[in-house]
Amino acid sequence: MYRYDEFDHQFVRERTAQFRDQADRRMAGTLSEDEFRPLRLMNGLYLQLHAYMLRVAIPYGTLSSRQMRQLGMIADRYDKGYGHFTTRQNIQYNWIKLEDAADILQALADVEMHAIQTSGNCIRNVTTDHWAGAAADEITDPRPVGELIRQWSSLHPEFSFLPRKFKIAITGAPHDRAAVKVHDIGMRLHRNDRGEAGWEVMVGGGQGRTPMIAVTVRDFLPEKELIPYLEAIMRVYNLYGRRDNKYKARIKILVHEIGAEKFRSEVEAEYARHPHQQTQVEQRELARISAYFADPKFEKLSRFAPAFEDAKRSNPQFARWAKNNLATHKTDGYAIVNISLKAPGEIPGDATGEQMRVMADLAERYSHDELRVSHAQNIVLPHVRLNDVFAVWQKLAEHGLAAANYGLAGDIIACPGLDYCSLATARSIPIAQAISRRFADFDREQNIGNIKINISGCINACGHHHVGHIGILGLDKAGEEYYQITLGGSSSENAAIGTILGPGFAFEDVPDVIEKILNTYLAQRADGEEFLATYRRIGAKPFKEALYAAA
Amino acid sequence: MPLLKNNAFVTDDWVHLADEESVADQQRVTVSVERLVREWDDLVNFPGLLGVRLSNTSKEHDLSPFVPQLALIVLPFPAFADGRSYSIARQLRLDGYQSELRATGNILPDQLQFMLQVGFDAFEVTDRFPLDAWTKAARQMSLAYQRGLFRKAGEREVWSERHQGFTAWEEQPHAG
Repeated sequence: MYRYDEFDHQFVRERTAQFRDQADRRMAGTLSEDEFRPLRLMNGLYLQLHAYMLRVAIPYGTLSSRQMRQLGMIADRYDKGYGHFTTRQNIQYNWIKLEDAADILQALADVEMHAIQTSGNCIRNVTTDHWAGAAADEITDPRPVGELIRQWSSLHPEFSFLPRKFKIAITGAPHDRAAVKVHDIGMRLHRNDRGEAGWEVMVGGGQGRTPMIAVTVRDFLPEKELIPYLEAIMRVYNLYGRRDNKYKARIKILVHEIGAEKFRSEVEAEYARHPHQQTQVEQRELARISAYFADPKFEKLSRFAPAFEDAKRSNPQFARWAKNNLATHKTDGYAIVNISLKAPGEIPGDATGEQMRVMADLAERYSHDELRVSHAQNIVLPHVRLNDVFAVWQKLAEHGLAAANYGLAGDIIACPGLDYCSLATARSIPIAQAISRRFADFDREQNIGNIKINISGCINACGHHHVGHIGILGLDKAGEEYYQITLGGSSSENAAIGTILGPGFAFEDVPDVIEKILNTYLAQRADGEEFLATYRRIGAKPFKEALYAAA
Repeated sequence: MPLLKNNAFVTDDWVHLADEESVADQQRVTVSVERLVREWDDLVNFPGLLGVRLSNTSKEHDLSPFVPQLALIVLPFPAFADGRSYSIARQLRLDGYQSELRATGNILPDQLQFMLQVGFDAFEVTDRFPLDAWTKAARQMSLAYQRGLFRKAGEREVWSERHQGFTAWEEQPHAG
């Protein structure tokens, strides 16, 4: 994975020193909160309901063991012993004191990390496929380009005061695990007829109050044109994006209001106006970065791993976990291990400092020193020998990390909601906990199969409810929390925005409602048909009948 | 409002005319962009130096016929978070505009370096901050990743430093 060179180190050091000076001035009272606000936000420091929240960037969701250990140290020393992995592959700490913030940034800089642009109206941390470099279906590892974009977008002078925040996601595989179609810019690597690799560039996707699927502005963008083309898109947005209403300021509204055709022609016209010698992707730089992402030295192993097969036969609990939590690795004899941070009754995405250290140790010993954070708030050990998987599982089980529900009903995406967030209108975490407890029975959860249940605590949709197969949106009506249900959303290559089923439900009724929806699915599904496919085949009517007919 | 230029507060020797004020007997004048377009046939013969005040919704490419005749372009920042003028400045510089590019409106010291990097070289600033707050802010970061932007002495572009031999950046075009 990527390592900082002297320049990257110096860049982050200077930025940290700059922030320390600003925080000192704030604490001394020479900087007002109004003046400090935009400065702290550019460094990921928010003021939340109870305390400061610090959001740390995990570029393209990739971590080394050393970095994960440091995140654990920060959780223990500066927070209440845990951290929260987010849907943008970042981590946030919810109980930060202002006087500690600069020391935390220093501790991050020590392990080549930062919190730059994890907030504010600028280009945010670029996200990608959490199986990048390991997935069997991948064309090319997208992370070198992710790193290139990280560097290009860091303190970009032209694009630091955009109309609104700006999120970029990229994928190098045909199966989209990075939700690229619901980002401001989504990019998908593919090959043309001549076998050359290039990017499909999609713009204007997003969730929030006005969910939209991105439109394609370029089918095939050659790699070297990537940065200048992104600059053309950003410039059109910066100039013409709305600034009169923050809820209409994302690029999706611009694309929608002027139309995809007009938007495309504006971008192409801007792009065609100048030559791009200065900004085109320097091949030597891309090659330099790519070298860091070369495959680790995989052993030549047989596809069949006898120790792994034996362990499954002799330990049914392990076999269940292995069935759901492993994915096919591109190399024979290896597996991708998905660690669910969704143990029944726990807070989705939370991990304690101790759990972070355990995962770091496992990565160091068994996964070529690498971990990933997924946008579904789980952790991935990308390169584990099949014959080591049992040992990994045993260690995970000792630390409450062996939930066997990866991709199932208990694997819920949830925002922090009213328990932490100053924007929330309802609680999300307790809903997630109640649902995951309800479906904790393994056979039942297994029978239901692959499903994505996503929960947001307000219409800003941080919990991705629009693209959940089942989406739950927490709202407030006259001081009472109530929950609106959407069905049929998806964030993958067949992306879709879910449809609202009908009137909302009270807090305590939500688990029953989800159960009725899933029972309807079980009664109606064809052989081997997953929830989303059944819904797309039979539509909303049977689900509405199940929920509203009796009332 | 002090005018900040080359790390010093200087006197503004330009006269900023309202649309009904005559250009006669003036040496250096700015006019609104509407007036520039409307009265171009007369203004092109103005014997002194001519400048224009743009709005941040002006379409930069509509100005290209006039730009070679202009000695000053003023771009506004109606709010410090309104970043449109960064892009207009970049377009003007990319199109080859080499004379003074002035920022006016809501400008914070912490934004100064970004403005310099996209090609601004003069700033009408509030008198709330002393000169050294501005000069310090102008060199907060000594490194930048982007290429093709404007750099002061002592600022380095990471991608150019890593790969010597690549044309690094243009010199600041106007030292006014």
